[in-house]
Amino acid sequence: MSVARQYPAPSEVKEELLKKYPTKVAKKRSKSIVLNDPDQPKEIQANIRTVPGIITQRGCCYAGCKGVVLGPTRDILNIVHGPIGCSYYAWLTRRNQTKPETAEEANYVPYCFSTDMQEDHVVFGGEKKLTKAIEEAYEIFKPKAIAIHSTCPVGLIGDDVHAVARAMTAKLEDCNVFGFSCEGYKGVSQSAGHHIANNGLFKHVVGKDNTVREGKFRINLLGEYNIGGDSFELERLFEECGITLVSTYSGNSTYLDLMNSHMVDLNLVMCHRSINYIGEMMETKYGVPWLKVNFIGAESTAKSLRKMAEYFGDEELKAKVEEVCERELAKTTAALAASKPKTEGKLAMLFVGGSRAHHYQELFKELGMKTIAAGYEFAHRDDYEGREIIPNIKIDADSKNIEELKIKPDEELYKPRKTAEEIEALKAKGVELGEYKGMMPDMAEHTFVIDDISQYESEKLIEIYKPDVFCAGVKEKYVIQKMGIPLKQLHSYDYGGPYAGFEGAINFYKDIERMVSSRIWKLIDAPWEKAKKEQPELTATYVA
Amino acid sequence: MLLRHTTAEVKEREGLTINPAKTCQPIGALYAALGIHGCLPHSHGSQGCCAYHRSMLTRHFKEPVMAATSSFTEGASVFGGQANLLQAINNIFTIYEPDVIAVHSTCLSETIGDDLQQIVTKAKDEGKVPEGKFVIHASTPSFVGSHVTGYSNMVAAMATQFAESTGEKNGQINIVAGWMEPSDMREIKRLSKELGAKILLFPDMTDVLDTPQTGKFDMYPKGGVTVPQMKSLGDAECSISLGTYTAEAGAIALDKKHKVPFESLDIPIGIDATDRFMMALAKAAGVEIPEEVTRERGRLVDMLTDMQQYFHGKKVAIYGDPDHIIPLTEFLVSLDMKPVHIVSGTPGKRIEQRLREILAETVPNANVKNGPQADLFLLHQWIKNEPVDLLIGNSHGKFIARDEDIPFIRFGFPIVDRVGHSYFPNVGYTGSMRIVEKILGVLMDRQDRDAPDEKFELVM
Repeated sequence: MSVARQYPAPSEVKEELLKKYPTKVAKKRSKSIVLNDPDQPKEIQANIRTVPGIITQRGCCYAGCKGVVLGPTRDILNIVHGPIGCSYYAWLTRRNQTKPETAEEANYVPYCFSTDMQEDHVVFGGEKKLTKAIEEAYEIFKPKAIAIHSTCPVGLIGDDVHAVARAMTAKLEDCNVFGFSCEGYKGVSQSAGHHIANNGLFKHVVGKDNTVREGKFRINLLGEYNIGGDSFELERLFEECGITLVSTYSGNSTYLDLMNSHMVDLNLVMCHRSINYIGEMMETKYGVPWLKVNFIGAESTAKSLRKMAEYFGDEELKAKVEEVCERELAKTTAALAASKPKTEGKLAMLFVGGSRAHHYQELFKELGMKTIAAGYEFAHRDDYEGREIIPNIKIDADSKNIEELKIKPDEELYKPRKTAEEIEALKAKGVELGEYKGMMPDMAEHTFVIDDISQYESEKLIEIYKPDVFCAGVKEKYVIQKMGIPLKQLHSYDYGGPYAGFEGAINFYKDIERMVSSRIWKLIDAPWEKAKKEQPELTATYVA
Repeated sequence: MLLRHTTAEVKEREGLTINPAKTCQPIGALYAALGIHGCLPHSHGSQGCCAYHRSMLTRHFKEPVMAATSSFTEGASVFGGQANLLQAINNIFTIYEPDVIAVHSTCLSETIGDDLQQIVTKAKDEGKVPEGKFVIHASTPSFVGSHVTGYSNMVAAMATQFAESTGEKNGQINIVAGWMEPSDMREIKRLSKELGAKILLFPDMTDVLDTPQTGKFDMYPKGGVTVPQMKSLGDAECSISLGTYTAEAGAIALDKKHKVPFESLDIPIGIDATDRFMMALAKAAGVEIPEEVTRERGRLVDMLTDMQQYFHGKKVAIYGDPDHIIPLTEFLVSLDMKPVHIVSGTPGKRIEQRLREILAETVPNANVKNGPQADLFLLHQWIKNEPVDLLIGNSHGKFIARDEDIPFIRFGFPIVDRVGHSYFPNVGYTGSMRIVEKILGVLMDRQDRDAPDEKFELVM
């Protein structure tokens, strides 16, 4: 059993987090550190530029575009136009697994392609080199699609990757070449890259194949990248329920599936931040509604599957979903009973990307753990406060150059999947289409919500609250663990997983149980050090 | 097959690099800067680079890797990053209180032409650098050379911007450390101690990237070269640089500025390179090589004579950084092994030249290439055309090793799927013994795995 712990008042904690900052920095950070009130989510400052020198967790626009969204599709050949680093660091470092169906099928995921720009290309331009690289890639690999990703210097020297892409598409005929202006300095984080990737996929890929695939219930899974096999588990569930998954954006996906993805009847959205743009655009252009789901946590997985069945309104499907859920929940409940005695009452903190800091709170809830602080690296206010505040978001100077596509309904293919009445009826049943309420309403009162947390703030939070598990990424992992606090990587899952779906929940229970109860942490103090700590005056007071 | 699209047919490429055998400059500069005590490395560019470099080094060392960034936005990218760097310097000294900030650049700040010297001077003039604190800087454009070049540039910057001469020699031998693991640096210091040589190793990552678990996080760990130590570099008797491509520039800088003569050596991997290092150090320190070191060497040679049959004629493919693969190749040749394919992504004419010299007698027709397009894709194609018995290089090689079923040893940077490299050395006689142990381990495991029941041996 955990001992009740005493903490300073939240207002004092916030003061402590800001105390050491220069005045201007403290003023700015103050708006990104919010004490939560679930009934009335407060405005949080998010998606603004990083304070230079503050030691942020954030990455760049290129990482959001190539690394996150485009990288996982196995048969689009991604060429990174720039010096070698960007391509190198995004080479197999995100665990978006992929499983070709045959030994012949294209799979470029284990490869890393770069134009390896040298000084003379920066001086004289790199378009010729890029053209050459595309020709060579085509000659060696014969891909159906090539994506070009711009890095920092490309925008500055004025290389026109889109013109090169158009020329090469025309020349190669059976290969679709398209470019992304995802220079690292665009926007303020990975987020800009998501948006640019969404736009590019929507312009160059979605809608290229209008065949209607077999299957009574056709869906896409948006914003699911198959980290550690998450999508494999979800694919299993869909198949068992009789659902046809046409495409996933973009874990374990193929180019052909993405081209056909507008022909489904429902989009399920996992990671709202990275993919809501495609959800919205597909609805406007083709009439496909989207539903926010969460397949992290056993209960939320069941809830999401049931909502999906409710959407289709088919009794047979509902019964099948119910059967799968009941069977799987029996397994997760048993697993939970084994783990929960070790985890109950413990404290968690989550500072992850743009969606998991919310989703994983469900799993901690199931484990009886309390999330006392959470935040995102690069989410926007709607991910924190819910989509209804979107009209109030002001796009600042740093993000205003990210293109917003103007989408109109497709003259031939636009077909609303549900009538207004049906949408209202679904809403009454808790199936709210096109809606996301954000992280804050799901967090308890007096918990901290912190956007773009700094190294300094993390250290202070740990000092004050001494959580039992801290969730973040690889840069934070060993820093936090040196403080004696186990860190669960919620980007890479510490090379385990899956954590999604029912099987994933069981994996997570076991991993967290292991982490909070490991004997290894007790070895930190050498016995002679421990003796000194426990009885510091032993030698001094000893009288013979 | 994981690399199912890699075929044996080699086509000349000019535009496309596939599966590179190098990465970019700033990660090397960041690594070198961690060898300064109380230093926070700083990346002057957009923040993605810094996140990637920290992540990669963290994956390699399983240790905290701290660095800050100027976090360029589009505005700064057009109008210059001066304001970002000035703010960063002020914020870093206020919040994180390092003794030194070591700034490096990226392709972004280099393309727009930010002048680090001028910005740092401005920061000093505006009082943003507190008394007794330092900001050094190195220009590290990612579109020139590789991570090796970035390391070298930061080491040279340390020498140039810290070393002073008082006019009086201090009896010290500077050892400029090329890109090595903390374990290797520890071994260099141990060997120097055995000799009784008064050395200063710089940069020094021991007790920085191999720190103990204490339940307490030290942003600035115990290790690293201190500012007074770096100032003393200029008064040294001489320098020995270990690693032509990563360390020599530091020694040259000290010679140019403070007339500290130097000898440029390889990183002491293998017998010959270690012999050269021991003799140079003994000569510089004016000492005899002690009996214990000679016995240490003898134990290594004994191991080799005992196991000679297992090395002889085995074909090896090697890839990695020049300072690592040059002495390694020399070592393998001395073991009667045949390095038949060698690539390094790092450009430079001298690399191939040195490798050719080493291979001239035993493998004159070896495939050797470096620079852009000298990548793991090419290496894999060469292997398909002429299979090898052993593959040596960083973690990226595991895909080739699996597809082609080749015994594989992890060596160099980065190693992100095993531990040990930062704790056990590859340099010196002891480190060489460890390399030999690893080679024998994978070769014998393979023999055991493939042997039919009747030929499965207990004693080998």
